[in-house]
Amino acid sequence: MKKGTFKGGVHPYEGKELSMDKPTVKLLPGKELIYPVSQHIGAPAKPCVAVGDHVLMGQKIAEASGFVSVPIAASVSGTVKEIKPTLTVSGSICDAIYIENDNEYTPVPGLGDKRDYTKLSKQEIRDIIKEAGIVGMGGAGFPTFIKLTPKDENAIDYIIVNGSECEPYLTSDYRMMLEEGEKLVDGVRIILRLFDNAQGVIAIEDNKPKAIEHISELVKNEDRISVQVVRTKYPEGSERQLIKAVTGRKINSSMLPADAGCVVNNVDTVISIHMAVAETTPLMRRVVTVSGDAVVNPQNFNVKTGTKYSEVLEAAGGFKEKPEKLISGGTMMGLGLFDVNIPVTKTSSALLAFIKDPMLLVPEGPCIRCGRCVEACPENLIPQMMMEAAERFDDASFEAVSGMECMECGSCTFVCPAGRKLTQSLKQTRRSILDARKKK
Amino acid sequence: MRELYNVSASPHVRSGVTTRSIMRDVAIALAPASIVGVYQFGFAAFLVLLTSIASAMAAEFLWKRFVVKKKTPYECSALVTGLLLGMNLPASVPLWIPVVGSAFAIIVVKEMFGGLGQNFMNPALGARCFLLICFAGRMTAFGVEKASSHFMTGAASIDGLSSATPLAVIKNLEATQNICSEVSLSDMFFGFTGGVIGETSALAILVGAAYLLMKKIISIRIPAAYILTFAVFVYIFGGYAFTSDGFYYLACELCGGGLMLGAWFMATDYVTSPITKGGQIVFGILLGLLTGIIRVCGNSAEGVSYAIIFCNLLVPFIEKFTMPRAFGVVKKKKGGAAK
Repeated sequence: MKKGTFKGGVHPYEGKELSMDKPTVKLLPGKELIYPVSQHIGAPAKPCVAVGDHVLMGQKIAEASGFVSVPIAASVSGTVKEIKPTLTVSGSICDAIYIENDNEYTPVPGLGDKRDYTKLSKQEIRDIIKEAGIVGMGGAGFPTFIKLTPKDENAIDYIIVNGSECEPYLTSDYRMMLEEGEKLVDGVRIILRLFDNAQGVIAIEDNKPKAIEHISELVKNEDRISVQVVRTKYPEGSERQLIKAVTGRKINSSMLPADAGCVVNNVDTVISIHMAVAETTPLMRRVVTVSGDAVVNPQNFNVKTGTKYSEVLEAAGGFKEKPEKLISGGTMMGLGLFDVNIPVTKTSSALLAFIKDPMLLVPEGPCIRCGRCVEACPENLIPQMMMEAAERFDDASFEAVSGMECMECGSCTFVCPAGRKLTQSLKQTRRSILDARKKK
Repeated sequence: MRELYNVSASPHVRSGVTTRSIMRDVAIALAPASIVGVYQFGFAAFLVLLTSIASAMAAEFLWKRFVVKKKTPYECSALVTGLLLGMNLPASVPLWIPVVGSAFAIIVVKEMFGGLGQNFMNPALGARCFLLICFAGRMTAFGVEKASSHFMTGAASIDGLSSATPLAVIKNLEATQNICSEVSLSDMFFGFTGGVIGETSALAILVGAAYLLMKKIISIRIPAAYILTFAVFVYIFGGYAFTSDGFYYLACELCGGGLMLGAWFMATDYVTSPITKGGQIVFGILLGLLTGIIRVCGNSAEGVSYAIIFCNLLVPFIEKFTMPRAFGVVKKKKGGAAK
């Protein structure tokens, strides 16, 4: 089979061998769980429980507060202790529901009941997905039911499952494909029920031969589902690049995947869809990779949302040595952390700890115009020119060199021999331009 | 050990390639041609190279110390500039020539315009052209006397070399003379001819270029466009088109003079070549045409240096007209991305 790919991209050290062959371990949380009300893009959810209430596992504790918003479910049974602001992964503060775990894990009635989705209408399936609080678990956290409700559902001909997991060190999607492959394929079947003209494609990078083999075996009797091998390269798992790799179609920043007839979902998202629709279970768990050279036992954990990172880290044996850098997510697009006492949310994919911060190893020097950023840019931009405009705070020039097409993948900073922090500057400029647009 | 974690925006990893490692690789790639140069022209050539490198590094150090006064990471770029300049000088020059040239390259061409990354002209070639204009006689003294001791004067002094380089010989060929008998292509390919220290051996330069390509330090776009365009141009307009000597002449033009060194090591200079991929091809084509025009129509047999520094000046314009279209953007919209 021909391997799909795109132009540009980089090959960072993968580091996946640290955790890829270790089965996922189910982790039970400690005493206190924290549920930030903002775990997705869009309006924060509104708490629908009060302090002192007893809640059951799977119970809705916060409800959607607008169109682009989803509810949040409790992942344990226990008592609502407080509703107060908490620190989240991004470093911002947002309201959160604190629940004291009673260690009973009493489910709400009906949790886990098998459901025959072939008897459900399309609208019922979408409503279930919305009520289950499912969001894009690749990191962005865009409510999934909106993705599954395009303007013209007949125009969708590809349902792409993003199993490329191109971020270094991350192995949670890989483990899920191996361990819960049936659920994944069933999730695709459910999505396909919403799109009559579509075929399902599970895209997997060629550095995961076991997953390719396993999933191919599972879909060999499916008419509408196939596996597409894509080349191992960062950022193969970026939505725009993946669509190009699978279908050959290209979209820009102002278009949605639906404009190219595609709906792209992450592996864990699709499994969550299966859990919600076929097993009546809202999104309340997350598979998290704990890895990096500072971690004693790098591995993958099946974690209840709301669990603190510190507990997950402890389960992995803690630090060998105090790390210089902690990252939530992958090394290319993850967020730097300054504390481990923050909760795992729907979009958490990994906790990485490194003894040395590689960003400090290269001193920042002048640009030598070597063009490596140009070669690496998957968006076919000239990061060097964008950077020049960004340094002059020249927003007009920044936009003139298509700066707003940048998706902040980090490839340009990764390759820059002069140690310049291109992506970081471009990010800042893009934010300020977007803010200025909003004000208008 | 730090008490706090480093918090920074993504990405959090680097490729490991640094400006210094690139400069080191370029220096390694220049080694074969330098070694052949020293073999051919002797210890004198070695002294010229050494003086050139040392004075380039000294000029940079002094400028940084007394004018810039800021600590900057050391990139070894002066080493490459010095080495390239030395390779562009005849072995017979007095040693004050590389000193003057290096100082000019580093201070006037590079540092005065803002230092590394800001110069608009290749420093080594800028200096070479400056020296050619000021000291034309010394800069074109390629002749090597026949000598009994070859330590200072190298292999070239075994038989002696005429002051005319093979390209000059071809240029001034009488109607009765035959190109194949007047110049030896194999000597030109292996580097046993007269010329500046680093340009004589096409083979050694190609070895270095292959190293750079393999290490992905340079892309093949500029040299390929340059050499192909030049080849087509001189084949057609060189005066031997479709004759039996056409290809012999073409091969001599390709191996002779500064073309190989220029195409692989000077035109590909990051700072002074276009950063857009399309621009690099346009740049190469322009270089090929210009070099061809100068060699065929000009007074001098050589044209590479002038062609390159002239095209260096066009780089901003070339970039402007070769901006790529962003991924997925179908028509060029004014003001970049749509809202």
